[in-house]
Amino acid sequence: MIWWRAIAVAALVATTPALLAGEIPPDARRSGYSFVSPDTRAMQDDDTSNPGMLFVLDGEALWGKKVGSADKACADCHGDARSSMKGVAARYPAFEKALGRPITLDQRIKLCRANHQQASPLPYESRDILALSAFVAHQSRGFPITAGDDPQLSAFVAQGRSLFMQREGQLNLACTNCHDDNFDKHLAGSPITQAQPTGYPIYRLEWQTLGSLERRLRSCMTGVRAQAYDYGAPELVALELYLMSRARGMPMETPAVRP
Amino acid sequence: MAALINVPSKAKRGDIIEIRTLTSHIMETGFRHTMDGALVPRDIITSFTCSYNGTEIFRADLFPAIAANPYLSFFTIARESGKLEFEWIGDNGYASTASASITVE
Repeated sequence: MIWWRAIAVAALVATTPALLAGEIPPDARRSGYSFVSPDTRAMQDDDTSNPGMLFVLDGEALWGKKVGSADKACADCHGDARSSMKGVAARYPAFEKALGRPITLDQRIKLCRANHQQASPLPYESRDILALSAFVAHQSRGFPITAGDDPQLSAFVAQGRSLFMQREGQLNLACTNCHDDNFDKHLAGSPITQAQPTGYPIYRLEWQTLGSLERRLRSCMTGVRAQAYDYGAPELVALELYLMSRARGMPMETPAVRP
Repeated sequence: MAALINVPSKAKRGDIIEIRTLTSHIMETGFRHTMDGALVPRDIITSFTCSYNGTEIFRADLFPAIAANPYLSFFTIARESGKLEFEWIGDNGYASTASASITVE
């Protein structure tokens, strides 16, 4: 019997070459959509019942509204978002030359607002920044995620990956312990997903509002009783970048609805 | 505020049609406190009405237990072509309207 076991082990080793322990093979990746209830899926699928679309509508109005001392609207430079913003959100977080590090879509909007519109800054998670980023990201719905393809980002993807693998908090859990090793199981009645960030900003029923991926990451960190990074912290951006590169090729769903 | 209305654009006379409405509102219950203990004042939608060519066909009272961005779905009979008008009224003088047209053949 022992030699049978040896063959079985050898076969297992031979069929899983490049993947590290616990990592999800590309064709086994699933969007959070596949973990939620049929009711929540129906809510997301119908644009007139998806509450995230209310924010997209608000974002569309903000896109055309002149603000700041430059008296410019987003549309004055970028034109019609339906063509100019197609696929843009799918490659964020993207490398920002001036800063020498990646920035999120929300940070890009904040930079644009500060430098080109010379307007008062929008705080993280404020209604207006969520509306604008939902409107921009909605233009990428159905586009495959390409974030992290830029070779300048490879060091930051690696940093995000090591944060994903690193145990933290009083519960001493890493992201990978739940989202690579135990997806499809339950944590206090809620399904554990694979953490594929395909639909951000998402409308989360628990929040009763739209929220960014950073908000989601911070809630997870609080959940393992770790000190969450501040909004906009380079560590959060690196994690976001790693998660997006991990979901490479999966279609964007913005605005997704989650429980 | 933004609202999303789903009314079939065409219907046969006598058909039962579904009307779905979703509107933007925070629906603050008035029971929550801030970190420093101050009560967050109630701010909710209190009433919704729908009229079909000027005749009221549906009315609902809303209460603090209703989630943010209230979604209401109801049915009516398509009798004639025309306009459906929706109105949401709430705390602090909140009022919002929307409309949709329907062709009945």
